[in-house]
Amino acid sequence: MKYSGFKVLWEGLKGNTGWKPLWRKPDPKKNYDIIIVGGGGHGLATAYYLAEKFKITNIAVVEKGWLGSGNIGRNTTIIRSNYLLPQNQPFYEFSLKLWENLEQELNYNSMVSQRGVLNIFHSDSQRDAFVRRGNAMLMSGADASLLGVDALKKLVPFLDFQNSRFPIKGGLWQPRGGTVRHDAVAWGYAKEADSRGVDIIENCETTNFLIKNGRCYGVETTKGVIKSKKVGVCVAGSSSQVMGKIGINLPIESHVLQAFVSEGLKPVIPGVITFGAGHFYVSQSNKGGLVFGGDIDGYNSYAQRGNLPVIEDVCEGGVALMPMIGRARLLRTWGGIMDMSMDGSPIIDKTKIRNLYFNGGWCYGGFKATPASGFCYAHLLATDKPHNDAKDFLFNRFERGRLIDEKGQGNQPNLH
Amino acid sequence: MLIDHPLLGPRDASEFIYMGDAKLLNRPNWKSQNSKTKFLDYGYLRKNPAGVHKELWYHEQGDRSWLVVTRNTVTHEILKVELARDTKGK
Ligand SMILES: Cc1cc2nc3c(=O)[nH]c(=O)nc-3n(C[C@H](O)[C@H](O)[C@H](O)COP(=O)(O)OP(=O)(O)OC[C@H]3O[C@@H](n4cnc5c(N)ncnc54)[C@H](O)[C@@H]3O)c2cc1C
Repeated sequence: MKYSGFKVLWEGLKGNTGWKPLWRKPDPKKNYDIIIVGGGGHGLATAYYLAEKFKITNIAVVEKGWLGSGNIGRNTTIIRSNYLLPQNQPFYEFSLKLWENLEQELNYNSMVSQRGVLNIFHSDSQRDAFVRRGNAMLMSGADASLLGVDALKKLVPFLDFQNSRFPIKGGLWQPRGGTVRHDAVAWGYAKEADSRGVDIIENCETTNFLIKNGRCYGVETTKGVIKSKKVGVCVAGSSSQVMGKIGINLPIESHVLQAFVSEGLKPVIPGVITFGAGHFYVSQSNKGGLVFGGDIDGYNSYAQRGNLPVIEDVCEGGVALMPMIGRARLLRTWGGIMDMSMDGSPIIDKTKIRNLYFNGGWCYGGFKATPASGFCYAHLLATDKPHNDAKDFLFNRFERGRLIDEKGQGNQPNLH
Repeated sequence: MLIDHPLLGPRDASEFIYMGDAKLLNRPNWKSQNSKTKFLDYGYLRKNPAGVHKELWYHEQGDRSWLVVTRNTVTHEILKVELARDTKGK
């Protein structure tokens, strides 16, 4: 289906009777060239780029639930490329460039809104760290600038600048960062992958892999056996569960991250703002709700819901940074299961089983990575070589001691 | 979550720091055969089960003891709490 302004007008006149489903509901075929396990953002993007860039279209995306039921439909929708390390930053900048053209490419309105991301700092040493980060961003071709208190007072006058414990000293500002309507990303990729012949098979859980002589040749699912030349796993928080079926232990723990939405308010928060002295970040949705979050709960969890201490901590952080939200009422909270890797960075790699590939370990930052993750995973699946911007996201970095540890926390997943 | 501390009784989980899989109590011997692989496993690889999990909680805001908590990661139900020193090597 093709969208256009004209089509919207026309359908408005016709009582919106001409819209069609965006993707088919096919039964699985017996054989595919590639099966993607997991129809989240990354799995669907991978299928799309395989079809579009690498001209492989005999693909199935096998999804346990419905599209958007995982983290792609649970996150707080922030995109940015403000990383520090040379293994990460070019990858996220590549992703941001793909976001900038995504809606045109997919002919789908995913509400990519580059309203800016602002990281507040509160001390001289934190300023030094942010200057360094800003320079790393500029070197990768991204945009970054350092805003002083005067500039912040114009941009975000409602912050508590005089907070006696955490006075605001300035901020690192990335104007090209912003937010995207998260589930529309899944739908857009699904629509374009489907129209190129990719079978998206929902409500179909992968229960095991078919392996013979160290080679993978398909999967067992709740809809029967499906064979393929290659299998790409891409299941985010369920990574250990899925790889555990064949006894592979991953450098990953699953943790719950919560998100929060307030009642709808008039437009007040211009972009994305993060607190530098506690766990709180916020943006405002197009419907007016404040969308905010903080840190993971910190213990292994598959519950898709968190506990009250983190809710309290996040709300305290919010009120410390912008006291004006103290009276906003919290409407909803929910949780998603994060694939927290041991160094806080992702993995896009082959496994020790031939023809079986793995993509995961995205921690709580995988939404912004969706386009580049899909692109680089497609590159690996199609060519058997890592994409240049993802060449360090390999399993063997752990045994080689070459961690990609943005925060410098060591192998403690709940600290990344 | 309430953790039923063997010495202090039920304590709020937020008094504790979560330190991960209780397998960390069994540090490999660096002189053993394949110690490189064993340390890779010890330092980085986790079973990460959906279900019953034995894990370390450190009572930082309390008596500084290390506990081994057996907890269900799907329901958050706590099944058993022991002092780590009583379980070590078992
Ligand atoms: C509350 C919250 C806030 C977040 N905020 C941000 C943010 O602001 N910015 C950002 O960049 N990132 C954010 N993230 C992280 C981001 O959402 C994830 O890293 C990213 O969505 C993970 O990739 P995915 O979309 O492919 O995952 P998912 O959508 O979870 O996809 C995985 C899919 O695999 C399926 N699956 C699992 N097991 C099987 C099986 N056996 N067989 C078949 N299918 C299976 C699941 O059903 C699921 O649909 C946030 C996450 C959460 C939970």
